[in-house]
Amino acid sequence: MLTGFFKDSSLPLYLAKEQERIEKVARSLGLDFFPTVFEILSYDRLNEVAAYGGFPTRYPHWRFGMEYERLAKSYEYGLSKIYEMVINTNPAIAYLLEGNSLTDQKLVMCHVYGHVDFFKNNYTFRATDLDSAGKTVPLEPPGSSYNPNRRWIDKMANHGSVVRRLIVKHGLEPVESFIDHCLSLENLIDPSAPFIVRRRPSLEDDEVTYDIDVPKLKAKDYMDEFINPRDHVLAEKKRLLDERELRKQAFPEQPEQDVLQFLIDHAPLEKWERAVLTLIRDEAYYFQPQMQTKIINEGWASYNHSRLMTQHILDFSEIVDYADNNAGVMATNGKQLNPYKLGVELFRNIEERWNRGQFGREWATCDDLDERKHWDMRLGLGQKRIYEVRAHYNDVSFLDEFLTEEFAMEQGLFTFEWSDRRGSYEVMSREFQKVKQKLLSQLTNGGNPVVRVTHGNFENRGELLLEHQHHGIDLRMDYAERVLGSLVRVWKRPVALRTIFSEQPVLLRFDGKEHRRVELSSI
Amino acid sequence: MTLKIDRDHARFRDIVRGRIRQGLREYISHGELIGKKGKDLVSIPVPHIDVPRFTFGGKNQGGVGQGQGEPGEAVGDGDEPGSGQRAGEGAGEHILEVDLTLDELADILGSELALPAIEDKGKSRIQSRKDRYTGIRRAGPESLRHFKRTYREALKRSIQAGTYDPGAPLIVPQTEDKRFRSFRSEEERAANAVILYMMDVSGSMGDEQKEIVRIESFWIDTWLRRQYDGIESRYIIHDAVAREVDRDTFFRTRESGGTMISSAYKLAAEILERDYPVADWNIYPFHFSDGDNWSTDDTKLCLQILRDDLLPASNMFAYGQVHSPYGSGQFIKDLRENLASEPRLVLSEIQDRDAIVGSIKEFLGKGH
Repeated sequence: MLTGFFKDSSLPLYLAKEQERIEKVARSLGLDFFPTVFEILSYDRLNEVAAYGGFPTRYPHWRFGMEYERLAKSYEYGLSKIYEMVINTNPAIAYLLEGNSLTDQKLVMCHVYGHVDFFKNNYTFRATDLDSAGKTVPLEPPGSSYNPNRRWIDKMANHGSVVRRLIVKHGLEPVESFIDHCLSLENLIDPSAPFIVRRRPSLEDDEVTYDIDVPKLKAKDYMDEFINPRDHVLAEKKRLLDERELRKQAFPEQPEQDVLQFLIDHAPLEKWERAVLTLIRDEAYYFQPQMQTKIINEGWASYNHSRLMTQHILDFSEIVDYADNNAGVMATNGKQLNPYKLGVELFRNIEERWNRGQFGREWATCDDLDERKHWDMRLGLGQKRIYEVRAHYNDVSFLDEFLTEEFAMEQGLFTFEWSDRRGSYEVMSREFQKVKQKLLSQLTNGGNPVVRVTHGNFENRGELLLEHQHHGIDLRMDYAERVLGSLVRVWKRPVALRTIFSEQPVLLRFDGKEHRRVELSSI
Repeated sequence: MTLKIDRDHARFRDIVRGRIRQGLREYISHGELIGKKGKDLVSIPVPHIDVPRFTFGGKNQGGVGQGQGEPGEAVGDGDEPGSGQRAGEGAGEHILEVDLTLDELADILGSELALPAIEDKGKSRIQSRKDRYTGIRRAGPESLRHFKRTYREALKRSIQAGTYDPGAPLIVPQTEDKRFRSFRSEEERAANAVILYMMDVSGSMGDEQKEIVRIESFWIDTWLRRQYDGIESRYIIHDAVAREVDRDTFFRTRESGGTMISSAYKLAAEILERDYPVADWNIYPFHFSDGDNWSTDDTKLCLQILRDDLLPASNMFAYGQVHSPYGSGQFIKDLRENLASEPRLVLSEIQDRDAIVGSIKEFLGKGH
């Protein structure tokens, strides 16, 4: 049995019994989760834990104190309170708020089992398996005996003691301010890195370099001379060799989106600085899957709490309280999409469509409205499909594939933009394509701009060149300049960033003293 | 095991107060203490430090929303009644907004405050009792029936009894379903008290300094009005000359000139003598300034008025000095030197906006 962080935080008997019952029902419905430990905490304790992102053992840093103040104030002023919190570890740990009604606690527990099932089965979270660290994670679903090492509690605690030791040795101020710089770079990672082989094994040795097989067209011996003329073969050989030579000079060989890894590998860091940057990167990758699956994860948990509660767990006396609370969770307001609502509705929509066979070519090409409305092939594939979806999709692919025009209309989705004239946000469009495009673009790369290292020896002066892939929205310039400052602190040489500002390609450069902005005629 | 949050929190507070890590200062954002008064919407300041990152700029990004509205209409802001409270949680939105009445907020802020040294004076106005609706109970007059609670109880009962029909959702409340607002009578601390606010609006007080004074006196005023019945407030602004103004002017005025503090004290003494006999009134003058007086002669005059007229008449005399980059801040030192043994004089130095709450507590904190 895993012991908690806190004294007397284990569940009282009546809740432990509920847990046992809910767990049994959840399993019978096909949910497949890690062992789950519930702890019950007072609101101030829960706020503390939440401030640390669920891990009370993390390294010391002021921003956790800042988060705590926000949570504490929100609670004091009755603005919001945290009902539950569950962290992606194996076994999973979930926190309940002391003093909630029994109905609320049951709702939370059902919701938690949805999340833990998602943590175990969704492919993005496989990147948090500690035994796969550094390896490329397979995309295939794991077998039933899947029991990965996700002892992130220990890992975070180790990070905590590393940082504390460094503080003792080097002083609080230097370590903390270095952490601040690292945090400015925290989002410069590549969410798909764990699943893709990015680094091809390098060529065996240099001798091979001077001999290279030019791909030839197939020909009989006596025709070879004519089909693959010698001149062409030689020219091609030279071209390939030159290309390889160029690639060797390029550093990195290909643009690198995992900027943090590049810095860890190549920046002239002190040993302790490298240790700090490494742990910041590890934690960034740990939290990444949650950023990528906000809608689908909350949707799945809500879908499950709703079916568990209404079909199995609730008794009649609780149904109104449950409905009241559930309605609060699902409430939508204007300009903030509620991930719980969007997610759960989309799952229900998928279930219905696959039950009725509303997919595939015939469905897509049918434009008889009446026929579409009454389309029912009685396939009953809904359940199967949603279990697949929860395993293989993230927010972007979830919405890209399943957000249909009908659904967007039913849900009343729209795009909005700031209006200077009005001094507030106004509805721009309800056109499906625009809504979907906006939604996807805001979710892509976790809402972060894509910035990659393109040159580690820019202009042959050991400077670092980054490139922002501009997709229509400019960077916030004052912040970009500050981030360059942090990069200079790490790289210890001047750093430049190529981007587009007000439709003009520009190069920002910072040498540690002075910021310069050069307009480029072309990229 | 003990959590480290206290240490991390203290560290954050130190950064916010500018004691350490000056480099982060430009990223600190504060909420406004006074919100949009018209809608009784109050913003609560939660300092926040933004870690700069590569991020998209501008408001113009917009986004995707859900709900009603034709293209060109404003996006609903959750204005519909009953939408309740919400916290802004979007990225970059770190100001908490809450639909509280100023009264409610004053309650929250002020549970630890009190008017010090208040006495029963005057023809002891009738101790007023005020009824406040604080709870729910099962019995009461129809006029106090709580519709939503009653409906919920009736709904629950009919679902349990199996009489609820989703097709024809007719809910008939019965006697045992009814819920009523219940009130508690609270004794109001009625008091014959007058608060005299004096503010230095001279040129050396910058906009920020005046704003600090306004916020602080606004809260003192709001809170006192909430806590005590029968409080009167008078407002004086002064530069080289003093004049009495109404509440609105006091909180809005923008003037500038030289500074003669004595002018305000003289006027205060006159008002007290004319309208508020010491025997009948609890008297609390509050004076705010940057401490930059015109001349030492004038300061001497001030000390004399304080000693002879104002302090003997007052239950407490509060002087708050706002830190100003231009002023010498001399006045508070003079007060300390010359009136050190005077228990009724309470001094407070206000460095910046963060210090406002602390300063209010220095003035009105219980137990001094």
